[in-house]
Amino acid sequence: MDFPTLLQVLDSTVRLATPLLLACLAGLFSERAGIFDIGLEGKMLASAFFSAAIAAMTGSVWLGLLAGIAASLVLAGIHGLASITFRGNQLISGVAINFLASGLTVLIAQDWFRQGGRTPALSGGARFGNITLPFSGPLADVPILGPIYAQLVSGHSILVYVAFLAVPVTWWILFRTRFGLRLRAVGENPAAVDTAGISVVRLRFTAVFICGLLCGIAGAYLAIALQGGFAREMSAGRGYIALAALIFAKWRPWYAMGACLLFGFLQAVGIRYQNLDLGLITIPVQVMDALPYILTVVILAGFVGRAIPPRAGGEPYVKER
Amino acid sequence: MTVMKSILGAAATLALAAGAALAEPALIYDLGGKFDKSFNEAAFNGASRWAEETGGSFRDIELSSEAQREQALRRFAEQGFNPIVTTGFSMAGPIETVAPDYPDIKFVTIDGYVDPEKHPNVLSVLFSEHEGSYLVGMAAAMASKSGTVGFVGGMDIPLIRKFACGYAQGVKAVNPDAKVIANMTGSDPSAWNDPVKGGEITKAQIGQGADVVFAAAGGTGLGVLQTAADEGIYSIGVDSNQNYLHPGSVLTSMLKRVDNAVYDAMTAGEGLETGVAVKDLSNRGVGIALDGYNEKLMSFEALASIYDAAAKIEAGEIEVHDYSADDSCPDLQF
Repeated sequence: MDFPTLLQVLDSTVRLATPLLLACLAGLFSERAGIFDIGLEGKMLASAFFSAAIAAMTGSVWLGLLAGIAASLVLAGIHGLASITFRGNQLISGVAINFLASGLTVLIAQDWFRQGGRTPALSGGARFGNITLPFSGPLADVPILGPIYAQLVSGHSILVYVAFLAVPVTWWILFRTRFGLRLRAVGENPAAVDTAGISVVRLRFTAVFICGLLCGIAGAYLAIALQGGFAREMSAGRGYIALAALIFAKWRPWYAMGACLLFGFLQAVGIRYQNLDLGLITIPVQVMDALPYILTVVILAGFVGRAIPPRAGGEPYVKER
Repeated sequence: MTVMKSILGAAATLALAAGAALAEPALIYDLGGKFDKSFNEAAFNGASRWAEETGGSFRDIELSSEAQREQALRRFAEQGFNPIVTTGFSMAGPIETVAPDYPDIKFVTIDGYVDPEKHPNVLSVLFSEHEGSYLVGMAAAMASKSGTVGFVGGMDIPLIRKFACGYAQGVKAVNPDAKVIANMTGSDPSAWNDPVKGGEITKAQIGQGADVVFAAAGGTGLGVLQTAADEGIYSIGVDSNQNYLHPGSVLTSMLKRVDNAVYDAMTAGEGLETGVAVKDLSNRGVGIALDGYNEKLMSFEALASIYDAAAKIEAGEIEVHDYSADDSCPDLQF
């Protein structure tokens, strides 16, 4: 693999890792607060559709983004209502959200646009363009670092930078603020948080809505930044890979970035080399596709350090009487 | 109880008889969905054309999972729809199971193959995709400046490899030194509906020098065409005429006249001749799309040599290798 090829693969890695990273951080907030969220996929899909639909109707990418986030927040609210307020099973609620999003997006799309569950193709101001960072032109001639800056760092849509900025922000919120401490506590021992006079319900709802916000950005990135329009089931399982990445990262923000970049890199290599020839053995592309899941199972089985989920995860909180 | 049973039975028989008397045709779409702007939409267009011209009506259903295939077939057969037209290679298996139970009803599988000896009431419509792909491969090679062209397939199945193989042969016929980069989107049905991955594959192929890409990937293909338009290279559509999607960027489309196959089957109605029908260049079952959107992209020289090759294929002077014949391709390694 020569240097320009490596740059292209890494560039592709960044694009593929961005939706995973946003969804993974979304899941991180939710699960750290003790709410398991299988519904990342559905929220992304709903956001992808509504962002593309509103962007197509108004011609404004920003209104599209807001609509996508709003749609994702509504689904997050339903998940919160079912699993926090009514203390339902969080996994079932999440699965229901995925089915709801899968059917509803196509149904509404067909009703609004009559294009068979698609939105019209977007162009111009209805899509996020790629941002060229300052000095990328003159610096491109600097050996090694120049092309890295010009091709790899510069030239992505704004949502990519948002995603990568969200990592330190998430770390700071979770580990350096009072809110973060309480959020983590509510996922480990909600009774203790309640004893301290802090509302468990409110904290968990906040976490679920932050999750909705990040999933909304992830979905919008798919439909109005990477692609120009919505197509049915376009999230194509990325929500599930993000969940795998979350377990792989052991529910930590920086590890999450590492995991998503690794999974993105595996996809990018699989795309670039249909069959990876390593001299002695040839690795077929299917192995690359399956590797994220295999790695997650290895981690879960405890071979490479243990992945311990938040202790109160998945259990609705019932106040003692 | 027995009285009730016989009344219900009589009612059911009446309902069935009423259904059978109408003998409307039915159409079952594959998982890609009715409006995929490609394969299934072509089937829908053919059925609509039949309905408009004859004033008849047809029933159709979109499948959402593998398990529904047999269920949908049985339901339509029970209701007396005739013929029952299905799209997609995956319907061959379920038809083999269901067809013997309804000997009076004609089944049509487009892209699937059912043994006509064992199942006399089934028509298998097969297309010579390799011939149409050969023609767009020539167009790609003539439009390419870099000498490298790409192919993006959907799910990795022999049918899609047949497209890729024909395409590669067409490319090499024009430029023997040309490089063909072939990628498949995935190995499960989600590969038909992943435009984001399709776009990423296209970018990777552009990174390797490709300046024309041919997408045979259902909904994923729309992502390929979109990215090709974004990056300013040529793309080639598939099945339906997709030239209008990105004018100026879609070089041409490889046509697979699924619409004609459906139209013919519905026109024949209950008197449909069963067996195996091969739709190739000679009976205009496959072809290359030329219309107002791409006439400026195709030079007269290019068109002349493509039509010349088409005539030679029809006359048997050029033999395009069919991947499905021996599961190998002389001009492309997968």
